[in-house]
Amino acid sequence: MPEKVVIGMSGGVDSSVAAAILKEKGYEVIGVTMRLWDGEHINGQFEEGTCCSLSAVEDARRVAYKLGIDYYVMDFRAEFEKNVIDYFVDEYQSGRTPNPCIACNKFLKFDALIKKAEMLGASYVATGHYARIEYDKTINRYLLKKSRATVKDQTYALYGLNQDQLSKTLMPLGELSGKDETRRIADKLGLPTANKPDSQEICFVPDNDYAEFIYRRTGNPLKPGNFVDVNGNVLGRHQGIIKYTIGQRKGLGIAFGKPMFVIRIDVEKNEVVLGEKGTEFSQSLIAENMNFITFDKLENEIRAKVKVRYTAKEASAVIVPLSDDRVKVIFDEPQRAVTPGQAVVFYEIDGDNVIGGGIISA
Amino acid sequence: MSNSRIYVDNSATTPMKKEVLTSMLPYFSEIYGNPSSVYAEGREARKAVELSREKVAKAIGAQPNEIFFTGSGTEADNWAIRMVARANKAKGNHIITTAVEHHAVLHTCQELEKDGFEVTYLPVDEFGMVSAEAVENAIKDTTVLITIMTANNEIGTIMPIKEIGAIAKQHGVIFHTDAVQAIGMIDIDVNDMNIDLLSLTGHKFHGPKGSGALYVRKGTKIGSFITGGAQERNKRAGTENVASIVGLGTAIELATSNISEKTAKLSKMRDYLINEILEKIPYTRLNGHRTQRLAGNTNISFEFIEGESLLLMLDMKGISASSGSACTSGSLDPSHVLLAIGLKHEIAHGSLRISLSEDNTMEEMDYIVNSLIEIVGKLRAMSPLYEKVSKGNA
Repeated sequence: MPEKVVIGMSGGVDSSVAAAILKEKGYEVIGVTMRLWDGEHINGQFEEGTCCSLSAVEDARRVAYKLGIDYYVMDFRAEFEKNVIDYFVDEYQSGRTPNPCIACNKFLKFDALIKKAEMLGASYVATGHYARIEYDKTINRYLLKKSRATVKDQTYALYGLNQDQLSKTLMPLGELSGKDETRRIADKLGLPTANKPDSQEICFVPDNDYAEFIYRRTGNPLKPGNFVDVNGNVLGRHQGIIKYTIGQRKGLGIAFGKPMFVIRIDVEKNEVVLGEKGTEFSQSLIAENMNFITFDKLENEIRAKVKVRYTAKEASAVIVPLSDDRVKVIFDEPQRAVTPGQAVVFYEIDGDNVIGGGIISA
Repeated sequence: MSNSRIYVDNSATTPMKKEVLTSMLPYFSEIYGNPSSVYAEGREARKAVELSREKVAKAIGAQPNEIFFTGSGTEADNWAIRMVARANKAKGNHIITTAVEHHAVLHTCQELEKDGFEVTYLPVDEFGMVSAEAVENAIKDTTVLITIMTANNEIGTIMPIKEIGAIAKQHGVIFHTDAVQAIGMIDIDVNDMNIDLLSLTGHKFHGPKGSGALYVRKGTKIGSFITGGAQERNKRAGTENVASIVGLGTAIELATSNISEKTAKLSKMRDYLINEILEKIPYTRLNGHRTQRLAGNTNISFEFIEGESLLLMLDMKGISASSGSACTSGSLDPSHVLLAIGLKHEIAHGSLRISLSEDNTMEEMDYIVNSLIEIVGKLRAMSPLYEKVSKGNA
């Protein structure tokens, strides 16, 4: 009997090709589209999200037919609302900048979906992420490695996976050379999604207007307040703290005569602190909710390459344990836009391994 | 699909009978005429359509000229409700229905509300039954239509249609019933039951999908729903789907020829299934009425379980059943029917509908029960809530 794999299918090219690769490798593949979010009624008009719309379901189903694999739609809306939507809204309202994809990976794809897969008798869950998982028997641990196609690497959003989750996960795209190869395979297999554009933005926020989304959800209108400088001098009025993120320069709505950057958000005072060029850089950060992959616990300080945003360049730093679940990261060179709420992810200095990561708290 | 599968979702659709298929086959490429044409090919096709009309009429005690073919039961519901409402606008704007109707009825009523109609959605009791008295009390001077299903598609409850028909007649209100689930399962006589309009579809009784009919009592004021040619006596334009109409005729004749024999067999299997499940699996409840129930319908809630997981695991065991909620492109919200009979959201979510046909066997019932014991046990073992409850009892 071939081993069973449940693959999360979005209808996009990546998960379609991942499904095809697994089928070719001889697994019994079961395609699942996770119904996460229905969309919203906006001004009487129904807007679907991009991630799990009916057309995405149709696309995924067509791919499943084409590959000759079983296919189901499963309902995860309650879990998604609790772990992703509510978290997203709470974080912004607390002056932080959340990363919903990380939460979705941690709680939905690699928790709720794994549970469903086990229920169906599957040994693994697979996704179309660009990353690799390898078992290292010398240290008896599952390792998360960057994808061969470094430009597509998605390990930043996957650092939160624990050993149990990694042991049950397959990411067949990690070995490919990049999106071109993915599309070539899709073309070759005649998969209907071969020419679909990449998905972008936050899947559940129409038009990427997250402030409006939060308003529709909470009913709390934006609360305008003051822009201040580091000394507390009022520089102008802002539209509401959820509209701003650390390092932001554009869209402040005021001309200051010189470039000004958001360097801090003060929820208590409802203030957005602005600084001149240079002040948006940080020498260090504190991170919490740590998850380590290459080892269980950080005992001593280590050197690592560090990413503070999905799109940030890696920077050299020292990681210092403060407590079991808290570290201090001291950069060799100050880093731009270190933002509470975002993840910080550590990579081995000379290798592809993800050491671990956590959520930036300060 | 292998032969070893057990199909118990006959309320969703049924496999077509061989005889039905055989009767249809000539009407695809041999007798291909347009029934509206005057020449021989056309006349032959017309004859087949009219013979089928007679069969449908006979099955419900109607006259052939009271039968109009449609493309589905849903179309028949839409037509009946919308067009009666529109044709009788001068008389009034009030419609009476129940909270447990099929969406073909509910959504149509909701559309009419947007157009200024007033709709009363009568509640049902814990068994899914509407009371005839409540129907009578809801009638006003402005009431133009009562639309109440003959039997419920999810929980199988058979409504007091004859009483409602008598009340409607007494008050001079037009009475429509969605009999999609009832044809071939209970005896229906539109005159005896005072039904003015009745919707049916062939694929629920081993006929073809895409076949349906609306019975309209002679003299009932109703406009045409699809306009165009003069087909169906100017009431439903579009070239007749001859083969499908023929299949509907064959199927309804077969389905209504042996109702008592069939329902005796089905209810025996059904009652065995219900008793076994309720006895052998704790924290279960039967939804619907114990006796006023479609012969093949079983609907059971399993606490601490999601219907979706249950269905998938049954599928893996080769059993095709359904839950209250139709997944995929439809809604995943808990069934409006189960909520209407007072179930809590989380219990409504863990519900399973098993609907039988004559093709099923007692051996299959045993296999279903044993599979359910295993699957429900497995799913509950994964449920933290169940752990708490079962520990609390120990």
